[in-house]
Amino acid sequence: MTSDLASLAATAARVRRRVVRAIHEVGTGHAGSSLSTIDFLVLLYARHLRVRPSQPTWEERDRVVFSKGHGAPGLYAVLAEVGYFPVDELLTLRRLGSRLHGHPVAGTAPGIDVSTGSLGQGLSIAVGLAAGLQLRRSPARVFCVLGDGELQEGQNWEAIAYAAGRRLPNLVAVVDRNGLQNDGPTEAIHPIEDVARRWEAFGWAAFDVDGHDLAALDAALEAAIAAPRPAVVVARTVKGKGVSFMEGVVKWHHHPIDDAELRAALEELGEG
Amino acid sequence: MSGSAHAAAGRATRDAYGDALLELGELRPDVVVLDADLSRSTKTEAFGRRFPERFFNVGIAEQHMIGMAAGLSMAGFVPFATTYAIFIARALDQIRQAVCFGRCPVKIVATHGGLAASHDGGTHQGIEDLALMRALPHMTVLVPADYAEARQAVLAAAAHPGPVYLRLQKEPVPDVTAAAEPFVIGRARLLREGDDVALCVTGSLVHESLRAADLLAGEGIRAAVLAVPTLAPLDAAAVRELAARCGCVVTIEEHLRTGGLHDAVLHAIAGDLRCPAEAVAMSDFGTTGEWRELRERFGLDTAGIAAAARRALARRARA
Repeated sequence: MTSDLASLAATAARVRRRVVRAIHEVGTGHAGSSLSTIDFLVLLYARHLRVRPSQPTWEERDRVVFSKGHGAPGLYAVLAEVGYFPVDELLTLRRLGSRLHGHPVAGTAPGIDVSTGSLGQGLSIAVGLAAGLQLRRSPARVFCVLGDGELQEGQNWEAIAYAAGRRLPNLVAVVDRNGLQNDGPTEAIHPIEDVARRWEAFGWAAFDVDGHDLAALDAALEAAIAAPRPAVVVARTVKGKGVSFMEGVVKWHHHPIDDAELRAALEELGEG
Repeated sequence: MSGSAHAAAGRATRDAYGDALLELGELRPDVVVLDADLSRSTKTEAFGRRFPERFFNVGIAEQHMIGMAAGLSMAGFVPFATTYAIFIARALDQIRQAVCFGRCPVKIVATHGGLAASHDGGTHQGIEDLALMRALPHMTVLVPADYAEARQAVLAAAAHPGPVYLRLQKEPVPDVTAAAEPFVIGRARLLREGDDVALCVTGSLVHESLRAADLLAGEGIRAAVLAVPTLAPLDAAAVRELAARCGCVVTIEEHLRTGGLHDAVLHAIAGDLRCPAEAVAMSDFGTTGEWRELRERFGLDTAGIAAAARRALARRARA
């Protein structure tokens, strides 16, 4: 994948097209939740993660804990783009026998470090990974991607408070602050408010950015990685970003995409 | 092994854990230990003082502890995550997802199993943990009977490639296992021969079961005692063989009658045998009191075990 910021917008659009194609193909999947993450995922893999797609178990690789596991279609599309497995395989999403399960499973497709999907659990695993890698004097960093609705789970705050008390410079979290969850807006159901301030109050370094402004995201990720303590990038995103009829619409948390919707989405995402 | 050979007092299996961790800590630099603000009671404290870099006291946050243990195992360590048996339930999802589904070689150690939390009352007496852990695929469940067996179980757990749940006690128990016979995961131990009734027991009540066998011998009843330190995977062959020989069974555990040893034994003998099985177990939550009194109240002692054996024999006679 190109690491040039200017070209990454095109990469992101291409990845989004693959997400909607895969979900359309199998008739199930979390489109909205996947589309909101694409810009920061593309940036992470293009410009910040030290990984080797041809050597997925490289000992010193950066680890990724994709805690908002239902965003798997987005993760898989980015992993394919970077070269962990063939792009064609994306169309096997969620099928019996596929390596691409509904939520990521370690030991299936290359590039997946941790099994996730039960929300609120990933950050604790990331803290353990970070502490362990630090104990081994490894240069590897640990990146944990979380949803905003996910932050309603109490366990997150156990991990957040605990991590702040330990000097873990190798731990970075990214929150997909898209404002929606399965049943509606997060603030109407179980408010989490100003996410960056909450993490900051718990002792993390926090960076709040427009989750679709590649330059701003890039700078925030760089600062978070450089921070000598645990750091979070709160990416203010739009659920369903890139497809106008999905953007900000609750039902697109999890819904099949029909033929007409696919055509319309692909056209908006720049497919000729 | 006769009942008269047993010491009255004994040693606590949680102490064996603390001691074994120090041994392991020296032998294996990849062993790390986690605790959730109970290290003075669970005995992980000594490891923490000796190897502070490898000790993680997460505070009162069991769900986080289990997740963190999984993460540490992914970084190449062998983690022992420790709490009381009663607090296992609150981390069940994390154990199920991160440890079992994720196939992480995390060793979960629970002290204060059964009624031993005693005066703390019913909310602290962990009597459902074996059922929960037994239900999970890929989880090996160990319930050692005494100090020596517990020490060996800790070492065996460290060497075992998958997830392990190791349930220990708070109170001292007499030595019941012979040093000569090593502990092997998956193998039950026949501590006493007999062919009238099979006393199948796990954990802290092995000593009481041996005393019950002595009592029954005085009544002309030859009770066998089979200690089952590995609840999952159960040594089903040993259980079936003994049940077939005796014709009736009593299962004994400091746990609810549902989901623990009783169900495991029933499952092993079902379909093969007509074999009445009595349960010496809890049927409801506990209450506050001293450990010995509580066990007497709920029939989890020598008298209760002997009574269950007589009931089993009566049922066999009627069948």
